[in-house]
Amino acid sequence: MAIVKNDSVIDQEWITVDIEGDLPAGEENIIVPLARFKEERETLIGRNGGLGVQLNSGDAPEDLADDLDRLSIITVNFPAYTDGRGYSYARVLRERFGFKGELRAIGDVLRDQILYMHRCGFDAYELKNDDDVSLTKVRAALKEMTVYYQPTGDGRATAASLREQRRAAIKTAS
Amino acid sequence: MYRYDDFDRQLVLERTEQFREQVERRLSGDITEEQFRPLRLMNGVYLQLHAYMLRVAVPYGTLRADQLRQLGYIARRYDKGYGHFTTRQNIQYNWPKLDEIPDALLDLAKVEMHAIQTSGNCIRNTTTDQYAGAAADEIEDPRPYCELIRQWSTFHPEFTYLPRKFKVAVTGSANDRAAVKVHDIGLRMHHNDAGEVGFEVIVGGGLGRTPFVGKTVRDFIGKNDLFSYLEAILRVYNRFGRRDNKYKARFKILVHEIGIEEVQRLVEEEWNLIKDGSLRVDDAEIAHYIEQFAPPAFETLTDDDAEFERRKAENREFANWVRSNVIAHKQPGYAIANVSLKPIGGIPGDATDTQMELVADLSDQYSFGDVRVTHEQNLVLPHVKKADLFSLWAELKNANLATANLGYVSDIICCPGLDYCALATARSIPLSQRISERFSDLDRQHDIGELKIKISGCINACGHHHVGHIGILGLDKRGKEFYQITLGGDASENAEIGKIAGAGFSEAEVVDAIESLVTKYLGIRETGERFIDTYRRVGMDPFKEVLYGDR
Ligand code: HEM
Ligand code: SF4
Repeated sequence: MAIVKNDSVIDQEWITVDIEGDLPAGEENIIVPLARFKEERETLIGRNGGLGVQLNSGDAPEDLADDLDRLSIITVNFPAYTDGRGYSYARVLRERFGFKGELRAIGDVLRDQILYMHRCGFDAYELKNDDDVSLTKVRAALKEMTVYYQPTGDGRATAASLREQRRAAIKTAS
Repeated sequence: MYRYDDFDRQLVLERTEQFREQVERRLSGDITEEQFRPLRLMNGVYLQLHAYMLRVAVPYGTLRADQLRQLGYIARRYDKGYGHFTTRQNIQYNWPKLDEIPDALLDLAKVEMHAIQTSGNCIRNTTTDQYAGAAADEIEDPRPYCELIRQWSTFHPEFTYLPRKFKVAVTGSANDRAAVKVHDIGLRMHHNDAGEVGFEVIVGGGLGRTPFVGKTVRDFIGKNDLFSYLEAILRVYNRFGRRDNKYKARFKILVHEIGIEEVQRLVEEEWNLIKDGSLRVDDAEIAHYIEQFAPPAFETLTDDDAEFERRKAENREFANWVRSNVIAHKQPGYAIANVSLKPIGGIPGDATDTQMELVADLSDQYSFGDVRVTHEQNLVLPHVKKADLFSLWAELKNANLATANLGYVSDIICCPGLDYCALATARSIPLSQRISERFSDLDRQHDIGELKIKISGCINACGHHHVGHIGILGLDKRGKEFYQITLGGDASENAEIGKIAGAGFSEAEVVDAIESLVTKYLGIRETGERFIDTYRRVGMDPFKEVLYGDR
């Protein structure tokens, strides 16, 4: 297991707690499932230590709209790589609500999906491989394609915008 | 026609490289067949009964001559010398070897073609009217919008792992030749009250085991807003479509279960949040695409050509072909010529390497290098001078490509069935061949008139049997093939799902059963009625009676 973010492997600094049971007593950084966050919002916000939320498939990212500036991290769980709901959640969080914290893909995260995840706003990936393999995979995946048709919030220039620039340049030149 | 620019080319080449690497990982045993499966599916590679199958995308059914020529080359080089044109306006090769597929894809990339998103749970190749840009009855050429949809949907990062596959079809004419009402999204171009051109958006249509005619989610969406609206629909589907059961995962099931009003509420709510965003396409950009599909350099001609009329008067065979296979063009003096891939007794939709090359040459010679693939598994030369029709016909005839049966009883849609398909429950190709032979007499076919027979080899309905005037579904009963007949289906603007006539027929009985239906129709039709019209007037009972008597 390794977490890759910003072109390097990072440490796991978060404890993911279950839907019920005791919260860690100290100032640990914790990630709670959305359902628990909704139940125990006041307690969780009042706690010392970092706070994050885990979204599972079927959850509504809209439920976090008012609390995003309190969250340092949101993890989105892919129960199977074929379950693509998390891509929509990521775009809603980034593009609609302007979430600026870490957006981490967890669960069935495989090399061939990482570029799509990145395009939708993820900036961290938890892979099942060891550190070196994980880093190599993420690097390779992010380099695989260089042409993008869809505008998303990832800041990549789309083919349409590059074509437009080119037309403008030709116009100025002539 | 749209030409790839360096961006489009780069994207296809990168994809080709990526897949080559994935195939290498598979061949070296680095990944298992199980892990390879989703990767190959995203590149149009299926595993069939006897071999891998490669499905190549023909975006909105439009081909240039050089592309069709290359398809012929690929049939010869990587297959057994033929290819199969499908109801999704694509082409399938049945016998490629896995280790050669990357090379085949590279050869395709040379002519700006690929197999991207021809399978998998993503947005599939967008289909449209095969007569786009040529038909006398169209409002506007739909292809500029199809190309924009192609780009928007290609490797869409959010919509590559949908609950299930997703199909979009577009018609620019009130006469729907693209079956838009049986697609996940059907777009029908029309004018609003202000006289602007836009699209009616129909959702939740589909065939398969649970067929539905689509329902209107929005009566009019303007061109600039079309893409954000599509994105809103897809986001609703991606988030709320069922994923618990593969057979209930299509968009049509969501529309059916939560109702069109609720789908509409969700889509409009989502759309309102994104409609002013970066997916709004302005008029200037649309204009660039319209320009790309500008009409070819037509000559100014009068509509009637004396030589053409003389040939028709002199040659009955030619006149018959014109009557069935030639369709009105919007440009005076020109016509649309359909190339039938349904020779009597042939395999519907199959074309050999040399046939493909010939049609490519003929399109260069007579049709500005433009060829179309139809969802009814034929080819089209869309812009032929009437004065050239006779020479064109003569050349097609030499290559067994001039069967005068478009829309007639032997112009059968047929899926690959048990001859190729791993999912099949019965053979479909031999049955279509036998029906075609039974009705081989062209005079008889002309007399019967338009009659659409569609055959699927299993419940997945790749052969569109639900929307055949006569639909045939091949099933398996204790190891024996039998065939269920449906009547009254229709894929046009009056879309309808056919009704099952009754118990199925054995392989030996089914052709007689079809003939008895046709005989009944001939006996009771009123002047000018097609089979489907008569069926609508008299209903199922008279037909049931000839099929089953008092059985
Ligand atoms: C030979 C390999 C093929 C396989 C394994 C296959 C598989 C399937 C499956 C599983 C479905 C049902 C999907 C659903 O309802 O969710 C389906 C539907 C369909 N397929 Fe195929 N198919 C094959 C070939 C073809 C061919 C050759 C064509 C075109 C002639 C085609 C066109 C379609 C169409 C039009 C539908 C139904 C329309 C709809 O999406 O509702 N398929 N196919
Ligand atoms: S209808 Fe069935 S038999 Fe025919 S191609 Fe589709 S899956 Fe195969």
